[in-house]
Amino acid sequence: MMASSYNAKEEDGHHSVSAASGPSAGPSAKSKKPDNTAFKQQRLPAWQPILTAGTVLPAFFIIGLIFIPIGIGLFVTSNNIREFEVDYTGVDASSPCFTCSQTYSWNSSIPCKCAVSFSLEQPFESNVFMYYGLSNFYQNHRRYVKSRDDSQLNGDKASLRNPSKECEPYRSHDNKPIAPCGAIANSLFNDTLELFYIDPNGTRTQIPLVKKGIAWWTDKHVKFRNPGGNNFNLTVVFQGTTKPVNWRKYVYELDTDPENNGFVNEDFIVWMRTAALPTFRKLYRIIQKKSNMTPTLPRGNYTLDVTYNYPVRSFEGRKRMILSTISWMGGKNPFLGIAYITVGSVCFFLGVVLLIIHHKYGNRNNSADIPN
Amino acid sequence: MWRRRLTCLFGGEEKRVDSRTIHAGRGSSPVADAFPQQKFCDNRIVSSKYTIWNFLPKNLFEQFRRIANFYFLIIFLVQVIVDTPTSPVTSGLPLFFVITVTAIKQGYEDWLRHKADNEVNKYPVTVLEDGKRVGKESEKIKVGDVVEVLEDETFPCDLVLLQSSRDDDTCFVTTASLDGESNHKTHYTVPDTVKDVESLHATIECEQPQPDLYKFVGRMHIRRDGQETAVRSLGPENLLLKGATLKNTKKIYGVAVYTGMETKMALNYQGKSQKRSVVEKSINAFLIVYLCLLVSKAFVCTTLKYVWQNQHGQDEPWYNPKTQQERDTNLYLKMFTDFLSFMVLFNFIIPVSMYVTVEMQKFLGSFFITWDKDFFDPEVQEGALVNTSDLNEELGQVEYIFTDKTGTLTENNMEFIECCIDGFQYKNHKFLTETDGLCETDGPITITLNKAPEELEELFLRALCLCHTVQVKESQPVDEIDGVVLDQVDGFSPSPEDQCAFIASSPDEVALVKGAMTHGFTFIGSDSKSMKIRNRDNRVEVYELLHVLNFDPVRRRMSVIVKSESGEVLLFCKGADSSIFPRVRKEEVDRIRVHVERDAKEGYRTLCVAYKRLGNEDFARVDAELREARLSLHDREEKLMAVYNQVETDMILIGATAVEDRLQDRAAETMEALQGAGMKVWVLTGDKMETAKSTCYACRLFQRGTELLELTVGALGEGEGKREERLLELLLEYHKRVVHDTPPSKTGLHRTWSSPGQDYGLIVDGATLSLLLNASPDGTGSHYKNLFLKICQSCTSVLCCRMAPLQKAQIVRMVKSSKGSPITLSVGDGANDVSMILEAHVGIGIKGKEGRQAVRNSDYAIPKLKHLKKLLLVHGHLYYVRIAHLVQYFFYKNLCFILPQFLYQFYCGYSQLPLYDAAYLTMYNICFTSMPILAYSLFEQHISIDTLLDHAALYREVAKNAMLRWGPFFYWTMLGVFHGLLFFFGVYCVFSNPALLPSGQVFGNWTFGTIVFTILVFTVTIKLALDTRHWTWINHFVIWGSLAFYILFSFFWGGITWPFLEQQRLYFVFINMLSSMSAWLAIMLLIVLSLLPDVLLVALRRPRGRNTRQIAAVTPLSYKHLKEREW
Repeated sequence: MMASSYNAKEEDGHHSVSAASGPSAGPSAKSKKPDNTAFKQQRLPAWQPILTAGTVLPAFFIIGLIFIPIGIGLFVTSNNIREFEVDYTGVDASSPCFTCSQTYSWNSSIPCKCAVSFSLEQPFESNVFMYYGLSNFYQNHRRYVKSRDDSQLNGDKASLRNPSKECEPYRSHDNKPIAPCGAIANSLFNDTLELFYIDPNGTRTQIPLVKKGIAWWTDKHVKFRNPGGNNFNLTVVFQGTTKPVNWRKYVYELDTDPENNGFVNEDFIVWMRTAALPTFRKLYRIIQKKSNMTPTLPRGNYTLDVTYNYPVRSFEGRKRMILSTISWMGGKNPFLGIAYITVGSVCFFLGVVLLIIHHKYGNRNNSADIPN
Repeated sequence: MWRRRLTCLFGGEEKRVDSRTIHAGRGSSPVADAFPQQKFCDNRIVSSKYTIWNFLPKNLFEQFRRIANFYFLIIFLVQVIVDTPTSPVTSGLPLFFVITVTAIKQGYEDWLRHKADNEVNKYPVTVLEDGKRVGKESEKIKVGDVVEVLEDETFPCDLVLLQSSRDDDTCFVTTASLDGESNHKTHYTVPDTVKDVESLHATIECEQPQPDLYKFVGRMHIRRDGQETAVRSLGPENLLLKGATLKNTKKIYGVAVYTGMETKMALNYQGKSQKRSVVEKSINAFLIVYLCLLVSKAFVCTTLKYVWQNQHGQDEPWYNPKTQQERDTNLYLKMFTDFLSFMVLFNFIIPVSMYVTVEMQKFLGSFFITWDKDFFDPEVQEGALVNTSDLNEELGQVEYIFTDKTGTLTENNMEFIECCIDGFQYKNHKFLTETDGLCETDGPITITLNKAPEELEELFLRALCLCHTVQVKESQPVDEIDGVVLDQVDGFSPSPEDQCAFIASSPDEVALVKGAMTHGFTFIGSDSKSMKIRNRDNRVEVYELLHVLNFDPVRRRMSVIVKSESGEVLLFCKGADSSIFPRVRKEEVDRIRVHVERDAKEGYRTLCVAYKRLGNEDFARVDAELREARLSLHDREEKLMAVYNQVETDMILIGATAVEDRLQDRAAETMEALQGAGMKVWVLTGDKMETAKSTCYACRLFQRGTELLELTVGALGEGEGKREERLLELLLEYHKRVVHDTPPSKTGLHRTWSSPGQDYGLIVDGATLSLLLNASPDGTGSHYKNLFLKICQSCTSVLCCRMAPLQKAQIVRMVKSSKGSPITLSVGDGANDVSMILEAHVGIGIKGKEGRQAVRNSDYAIPKLKHLKKLLLVHGHLYYVRIAHLVQYFFYKNLCFILPQFLYQFYCGYSQLPLYDAAYLTMYNICFTSMPILAYSLFEQHISIDTLLDHAALYREVAKNAMLRWGPFFYWTMLGVFHGLLFFFGVYCVFSNPALLPSGQVFGNWTFGTIVFTILVFTVTIKLALDTRHWTWINHFVIWGSLAFYILFSFFWGGITWPFLEQQRLYFVFINMLSSMSAWLAIMLLIVLSLLPDVLLVALRRPRGRNTRQIAAVTPLSYKHLKEREW
């Protein structure tokens, strides 16, 4: 790749003709005379790459040749990913969730329900991942990000009773410590989404949604732990604490499955991993492929039943439901493929241009060198 | 110093008096009441800065006086007080590290000083108290104590010599540890005190302590029972300085006059003024730019934050409420704390570590100069010496070199060549054979066709033998003679006659005495009162030495007054022709002037010898005047000078001598290389014009074709009034010739580069220069100066002769402060060069024969002039490139470090959420990216050493601070901005869908930051790798090691839930990131994309770059071509 010369200079020898100091170099001379080592004389053997147009040129071609196929691969992969998105915020009066979004109040005991129908033009063949997306939701606000107590979430009993100060103003309520404390936990996304397939003959089939495997394995098994281990009765464990202000249920009532209840509830864990940008999506459920014969989600009409609990209108937010298949590169994202193809082509093009320039320059160089 | 001030404060003295009174022989001063008893410091030397108690506060105070440290302290305090996004640890830890390391270093140095102080202070001495010898510790000596010192002991304080064990009432000392002069100096006892030290009753009146080592005025009142008080004058020859060592004398007694911190040694123990390099100034300029950037970033963010918060629902959405305390805070206070928080968030843009790295680079880098074996000189048995490491890079920026002639360009190795007596020339035959390389029988033969009258000849030789301050080294065991310059001529096997060694402060004198010896008159020795010479008839003549009128550079001559055996009183005077000719009878001058000028032209140093017979009355008058002048306490120098000038008139010129000073080894080649490197060489010498001119020709500073412009007294002509007019005329004429004739673009640095036409050389002498510089201050003065400077700047070389030491410094200052403030370098070897060495940006001392003063005051010391070439062309060039790259790189890497964090604020509601984890923020500059650049800045050789040595013109590539001007700075800043934008928005685009894991799970904000950070660390490291042209194993180790360390650290940091962390933000973030193919691909893409422009630049620029290098290799400036052109 680079024209390089391995220029190992002799450590000693020819350069230093120390004969001049021969007779007079007594014992006193030894102490003062600098050591003749390669290091001290700055003559360590060194690789001296010379970057010239000639040596850099192949690099351009190689980058081009590697990047373009990768880019194409990424692009194709991304294109093959099926993705469907539906906004159910209910901003327009025409949208089915408009009423819910308008009449919303935290205290209402009867949840507001609405159903959004949509149709898939193409079948989703492999496992389908269901996301909820929020927009203009600043999960990365500093005040918000730090409003949690990781040791409480890790099952530390002391922290359970006495949560970190960072959790303010959701540290305690009615003189009881809040579990889980903090603004992040308090604002847990609590819409319930259910998906129904409408057969051409009109029957609604609920599509089974799997709620396991949506959080990072390490989060679920190491970072988040219920106090007192999983075998205990969570109601007892959390006794003396109260639920977050905005929650309807206690943390030990999140799920019936003890593996997915309390702090190790996966919906909760997913929510607790704060998003990078104000528009984000979070994994909600997985729709597993049943058999090789039928697609996971065949084309056709669907209904999304929403239990509308989560208000976003006050801060101009949006709520979405996203269905997506996944490839080795994750979700659909055309950016990488396009970027790779672009960079690859630019490199290749530059390589060609440089080759031409170099060819001309090289010739001129040679002709200029000859008279010398 | 403090202690001294305090002692003086509490000294009970109402007012400071100009002199101090000391009662010698303590406890027995009957007239003590007559004088108010003064109190003096004790004899304790305190060179240490701290004590155990005040170390911490004082050291901290001093460290925080540095702007950078103070800035970081403020940031740290803000972090502690205000609720800021990053914990105080992130900036506190590096600061603590820096402060601790510095404190430990300074503490250790101070401990060493304490130890050294103690060693001196506890040294046992013997003091006479009431006639008894009492052993004491050195620090207990009080002013007025009579102290006994034995041979080879150092004096514990400044003593006035009372009694010596030598018969002639003298003692010998060496002041090697004071001014580095290793020769033996003679000091004299105060007359009449010799016999009765133990019963001495005397009062010494002397001036207050002052640092000049060579000045001392005092008076001693000696009282003896039944006798009148005798008054004796005291001069520097009576004063034994603390730090000097007694030699050749068994034992002396002296009375302490200055003790402790008031000794001359302690007063001289002051740090030199700090020189700052251009690079440092550039750093400060860049720092201001970045500080502005920082403030404006914080300001923009604060403003936008409040604009954004005013939108509906954004300030406090339901999911993210404020605490009560936040709500209660005053809006403006909140704005202010927000501003501070942003400052803290972005403060990494100005890193502490840069200062540490720069310091380390300078400190460690300077070792390579000390270690360079090419600087080792077998003769001196020493290599280069680095006194300050702050100026390494300045060596690569030199534009003007001011060099001394004697001892620097020449060897200061004097040989008596010839003399001329009464107009007849006497060649030294012995020397002739040596130079011709013929093996003729040598001996002290004078070949003379025409001889001067024998009487005159002998008078001349007697003058040579008498008029000097040379001493004969007494025959000693061989090992003791070893240290002394036995024979000034190396490689000659000394003939039996030569075997007696002469010791003198100036090699000229030795040469002259030896010259006289070859002509038959041998100086045998002297004691304080008489001088013995052996004449041609082998008879010993004894002269009584009456007075020595010492040499000084202003008078430029010295005289002795002796009384011959026949009772005749004679004054012999030798000195520079210009100082002798006006003082002798006119008619003799012309015959000798021819010879002097011819000799001078050949590059010899000439001295004229004159004599004068003093009648008895004359002598009596002179004697009285001299004694009176010597006794005066005030203005003694001036009074003496007046007497000297008065005595040294109406003399009779006998002859002149010529002494050769050979050129230094490879002086011409060195000078040529330096000129080829674009430096202008000015020779500043005290020598006379002709001599200096010939040296310049010999060094090829002036070439055959060089047109010489003279601005000398000779060219100006006589007459005070007309001179200035004539000067202006000449200046205008030269200006027209030099500046206007050559196109302006070719003046300045690149003059010879492309002007094949005329080279100009300028010669200026001291008198004209003082006329120029001190010209009437009505505006024309500065006009003169400007004209002069312009002429100088367009000349190839400038020779300034007849310079006083101060004038040398004046010239340096003038050039230094001229337009564009060029970097100046002074080279010198003698005490007379110290002023210019201190004045120039870089001072180089040559470890020459004239003592060590120049070396002590220099920034770098080298054994020989020829080493200057490698020092500048290789070390200077490399250090400049290294540190310039270091500085630019540091700013760059922190810009692209912080820019994504700045951009992230736009996407996190301006909430000051850091993009990176605190550990990354802290470690980035300390661990992940610091070592590669440090290794680069120590080992990089973008051009190999040999190439740099061979092609001096390469030096021009970095001239004028080329790599740290705004252009390159802008380039690096743009690069940093480009990288920062790319890192952030690249990852931003990838995160438009955060489901990047193949399991469909999503990434959060810390993964976002970690991806950006990974790209960042890899990019800046690989960017450095691309810039590295010299890959030693160390570079490989640190570059790949840093990256590996980053990865390992990230694994480790994310692999464990750390109990001391409040939030496990990075738990498994890095590993999860690595399990995402998209993250890998994004990282690779962005690294390649950010480095693409650099590689592209290399590809586009290199062919041209190589061309220029080829041109440079065959440039007409290279040594060979110059030679060819010349012939």
